[in-house]
Amino acid sequence: MALIEARGLRKVYKTTVALNGINLRVEQGRILGLIGPNGAGKTTALNAILGLTPYEGELRVLGLDPWQNRDQLMRDVCFIADVAILPRWLRVSQALDFVAGVHPRFDRAKADAFLAKTDIKRSSKVRELSKGMVTQLHLALVMAIDARLLVLDEPTLGLDILFRKQFYDSLLNDYFDRSRTIIVTTHQVEEVQHVLTDLMFINRGRIVLDTSMEEFESRYTEVQVKPENLAAARALLPVSERQGLGRTILLFDGADRQQLAGLGEVRTPSIADLFVAVIGQQQARGFASPERAEAPVPTPPAD
Amino acid sequence: MSTASTTFNGFQQGNASTLHPTQPFLWSIRREFWEFRSIYIAPLGVALLVLFSFVVSMARVTHQAQPMTEAEVIQRPYNFAALFLMGICFVVSIFYCLEALSTERRDRSILFWKSLPISDFTTVLTKFSIPIVVLPVIAVVLTIVTHVIMLLLNSAVLLANGQSVNMLWSSLPLGQMWMMQAYHMLVLHGLWFAPVYGWLLLMSAWAGRLAILWAVVPFVVIGVFEKMLFNSEHFGHWMMYRFGGAPASNAYPGGHMAMHEWANLHFAEVLFNPSLWAGLIAAAVFLFLTARVRRSRGPI
Repeated sequence: MALIEARGLRKVYKTTVALNGINLRVEQGRILGLIGPNGAGKTTALNAILGLTPYEGELRVLGLDPWQNRDQLMRDVCFIADVAILPRWLRVSQALDFVAGVHPRFDRAKADAFLAKTDIKRSSKVRELSKGMVTQLHLALVMAIDARLLVLDEPTLGLDILFRKQFYDSLLNDYFDRSRTIIVTTHQVEEVQHVLTDLMFINRGRIVLDTSMEEFESRYTEVQVKPENLAAARALLPVSERQGLGRTILLFDGADRQQLAGLGEVRTPSIADLFVAVIGQQQARGFASPERAEAPVPTPPAD
Repeated sequence: MSTASTTFNGFQQGNASTLHPTQPFLWSIRREFWEFRSIYIAPLGVALLVLFSFVVSMARVTHQAQPMTEAEVIQRPYNFAALFLMGICFVVSIFYCLEALSTERRDRSILFWKSLPISDFTTVLTKFSIPIVVLPVIAVVLTIVTHVIMLLLNSAVLLANGQSVNMLWSSLPLGQMWMMQAYHMLVLHGLWFAPVYGWLLLMSAWAGRLAILWAVVPFVVIGVFEKMLFNSEHFGHWMMYRFGGAPASNAYPGGHMAMHEWANLHFAEVLFNPSLWAGLIAAAVFLFLTARVRRSRGPI
């Protein structure tokens, strides 16, 4: 049984459909990136998984219904919702004491070790720390918790490059092992490209891509085509096209690399390029207007 | 179906320390002290103020060299000290309940608290026990400490003036006063006001910034409408009853809220008062609703 399983997950706010019947499956030991434009439904999906909001459809996290069994679920699941949510009056030492006192899986020594590598003083209050230090503190707390599932909703929002890099380095090196699962949402798609094992694109409440990174690398190809080969390249039905310096860059789904190699420089696309291509395609198909609350529409197959 | 903890492969169960079931509750109480420092600072401030004014009045008295005669005159400052400490704890209780569940939402820290395995019910119960148990205990402890300091100062001044302390010590039934204070705070302020605190907590969870409006205005409106439409004041009297305590009776001349001699207390009359129990049931309902609201109100 998968760590997270969702079938027909749906959430409607008054007249807006935030999630339009998504199917989701996350296996243990994966790092999933949930990428989507603003308002796509990422946070709503995560809220449903964390038991913060009720939903329609079927959803099981660690075998539990997150809305009904939230208290039990929170022993094994941890999340960072946003950089700024630690209470500003809380002292670093109080935060450590509190989590140690209420969480059965908190390892105080680990948190202390992580904080020792930072500039954070035990006696500081959260309001005295910079944004990056608040994230470091929150991460120290979270990484010392022996959780099965870690959910990170735009954890590096507003942080500088050094903190962001440090964040993912710490996560991979000090925290992640095959038994833990991480879900990350972020707009900084480039920096998670080498961290993820699985990828999901979400747009307008629907999953538009669901693939592992291995599959991604073998399936999608980007070719920098010289002008003379352009017509031949276009005949192979690319997914999208964009202009580079003096060349056209075409993106192919499931095309033969050998064949493409003859037309120009071949490489694996970045997640960002694929994202722009796929979501752009969605817009072109007429999903431009926000969904109104109506009878559920069958989910288009992920491509 | 096997529990979630054994379903997934390769995951060690180690590192899970066993927590005593009361630990989340006790740590949540500590959190309230960290977050709402007025819980202890305001009563402490009042105690210091009382002591300061007592010292000043001592200085004035020694100048006039008034002999201490009437027991009531002797007792007055001690009664005032007890009264002010009770009063500040009541005021702090009201303001605390109005804020308790809205500040965490306002500064979004509710998402941090919700990421920890503490149930909504535990959190609401913790917040409820502040006005019911914690503040009354603080009031009583501070009263005892303040009285002792006042007594020592009083005695020191008397002895320095060459007067005897016998009159002073025999006119102050401090032990009784303290027990009366404890009873008054815990039973009357605590149990009798329970539905009031429950209502305020519910409003702070439900109405956020406008908690005080939603808590008070409906009652005012009902009272005014009743007077206008029916020219009766039943609602107003009922409110007075709830806030002022039961009216005077044989056992309680002056009503339940007035302070009495310890020996004259008839516990049965208070504890078996059906209104007390109706209030406690209402408080339980409010707490249940408060936990529901905290859970269902979206993350922010």
